[in-house]
Amino acid sequence: MAIFVFADQHQGTFKKAALETLFYASQLASSRQQEVVAVVMGEINQPRALADLGKYGARRVLHVDAAWLNDFDARLYALVLKEMLNQYAADRCLMPHDFNGRALAPYLAAQWQAGLLTGIVSLPDDKDCYQKQVFSGKATAWIKLQTERQVLTLLPNTFTPQPGDSQAQVERWQPTQVSAQQKRIQLKEVQTTQGRVPLTEASIIVSGGRGLKGPENWGMIEQLAEVLGAATACSRPVADAGWRPHHEHVGQTGLTVRPNLYIAIGISGAIQHLAGVNGSKYIVVINKDPEAPFFQAADYGIVGDAFEVVPRLIEAIKKYKGIS
Amino acid sequence: MKILVCISKTADTTAKIAFTPDQKSFLETGVQFIINPYDEWYALVRAVELKEQYPDTVLHLITVGGADAEPILRKALAIGGDAAFRVDLQPISIEQVALSIAAHVKQEGYDLIFTGKETIDYNGSGVGGYLAGLLDWPFVSLATRFDYNGQTATVEREIEGGREICEASLPLVVSCQKGMAEQRIPNMRGIMAARTKPLQVLAAPPEAQQPAISIDHFALPPKKSGVHLIEPGNEEELVRLLHEEAKVI
Ligand SMILES: Cc1cc2nc3c(=O)[nH]c(=O)nc-3n(C[C@H](O)[C@H](O)[C@H](O)COP(=O)(O)OP(=O)(O)OC[C@H]3O[C@@H](n4cnc5c(N)ncnc54)[C@H](O)[C@@H]3O)c2cc1C
Ligand SMILES: Nc1ncnc2c1ncn2[C@@H]1O[C@H](COP(=O)(O)O)[C@@H](O)[C@H]1O
Repeated sequence: MAIFVFADQHQGTFKKAALETLFYASQLASSRQQEVVAVVMGEINQPRALADLGKYGARRVLHVDAAWLNDFDARLYALVLKEMLNQYAADRCLMPHDFNGRALAPYLAAQWQAGLLTGIVSLPDDKDCYQKQVFSGKATAWIKLQTERQVLTLLPNTFTPQPGDSQAQVERWQPTQVSAQQKRIQLKEVQTTQGRVPLTEASIIVSGGRGLKGPENWGMIEQLAEVLGAATACSRPVADAGWRPHHEHVGQTGLTVRPNLYIAIGISGAIQHLAGVNGSKYIVVINKDPEAPFFQAADYGIVGDAFEVVPRLIEAIKKYKGIS
Repeated sequence: MKILVCISKTADTTAKIAFTPDQKSFLETGVQFIINPYDEWYALVRAVELKEQYPDTVLHLITVGGADAEPILRKALAIGGDAAFRVDLQPISIEQVALSIAAHVKQEGYDLIFTGKETIDYNGSGVGGYLAGLLDWPFVSLATRFDYNGQTATVEREIEGGREICEASLPLVVSCQKGMAEQRIPNMRGIMAARTKPLQVLAAPPEAQQPAISIDHFALPPKKSGVHLIEPGNEEELVRLLHEEAKVI
């Protein structure tokens, strides 16, 4: 039996988290001698990209090549997936725990009468338990699904794909029970926030807090992010004060991020802030107060004035990268 | 219009997280419980605002939980709402909650359902979508804005690196997050009024009794081995460590 993965794409570019999920599924499949099937919805302007999913572990790609599926709609996508999964008598469907996955997975689980486990961070252990972060990253639970049919979502940036050189076999697939007439949500507008990398996909994040005193001081934060190829984030009071746009706010009430490297500058490390960033693989804290709680969650730290440390850090990185 | 807001009870954000010695359950002693912030600040407040805009709106609140969830429900009623329901079940999984709420929705009939983005204890982010799936209603997740003109809802939702604005007709399920509304502190009048608002206890439907998951155990994350401090002025050493030791740049 195959493991199905919803491979979310936008204009032919696959989301990073979708590729991670494919890779994860291929790991899961290899221990069970199963194959991985990637499901792609909507038109694609780079057909090559489909076969290239083979590099991430997909043996086959089922492409639902229909214009009415170009825009994400949890209900329509779930109905299409359900028909497909039933036709192939599948028992497992995976997707990333990202913005679309968090809507589609539960919808599909309800429609397809499957068990649902969201935000997993591990392969199943010998008791068939998956690890999942709970209490906003403050603890881990080992959870087992009791159902035969399973829908699982994988937390982004947990598994790093190691692309191979296989090509997937690409097939078109058309639903017969779902059609454009069932569409009830109309997409009107898409606004992309400018920035180098979306925060949720960034492998490095440079984040600033109230210690930076005002929006006029974000130049050095931007510059540090620039030399690192990083995204920028901020603490909640910074967004509330309008120093930075709201979509940069991370923490309990903002975005949850899991980069490889999180650099916190002038942020005290309140528990609500940590809740959004404690999944980061490495944390660097720059704060002038040696008692700042963030140091307890940090891997590396510099106790010092950000206005002196950050410019020197930028120079050090430029030197390391050979940028003059 | 008839609106249902899903309210969950969670441990306070600053609560100390600890488990029973067998690691099987969360230690509740000394923990303060609150309304899940997304449910209170965004879902509930936006629903109350809609009722202010359309005064003939009926606004109901629902929670799935034991009797210990009732103070939370009363507190929510103090912010707004005409009546509350508690489905008498201690759920451990997303679908138990969704099945319980769906049974009530089918009985009572609603046009619009708001949930929070996720509970801050289980972090499932699933109840809204599962509920919509059970009802076969359209679902918009992670909404940052919701407007209704009496006919069509305009919803803004967050996506990777941006936002989408879409239109939908009712019935509709929406999961809510920051941006939807501004937090409101209940006033004395609201608190007094909440005491006498109807709160009805419902039996959980049979299909919700058995969870699809089992929790084997919990654990706290391994302690960080301690921060490695680098002297200010020695930023090059930090770059070296990030490259050679952490291998993240
Ligand atoms: C229910 C709830 C939810 C919340 N959700 C969030 C959330 O999602 N995200 C979030 O971030 N917060 C959240 N908060 C707020 C949180 O509790 C903190 O108030 C907030 O994170 C503090 O932001 P800060 O660290 O930028 O500012 P502060 O706490 O004011 O810290 C500023 C830091 O900068 C340091 N500093 C000052 N000058 C310098 C300098 N020159 N160089 C270096 N360091 C300097 C100081 O030593 C201090 O540590 C929430 C609060 C509640 C109650
Ligand atoms: N026990 C519950 N009773 C009522 N609503 C709930 C319950 N659990 C979760 N919800 C709602 O579903 C949302 C998402 O929860 P979850 O899927 O558990 O992260 C919450 O923000 C609530 O609005």
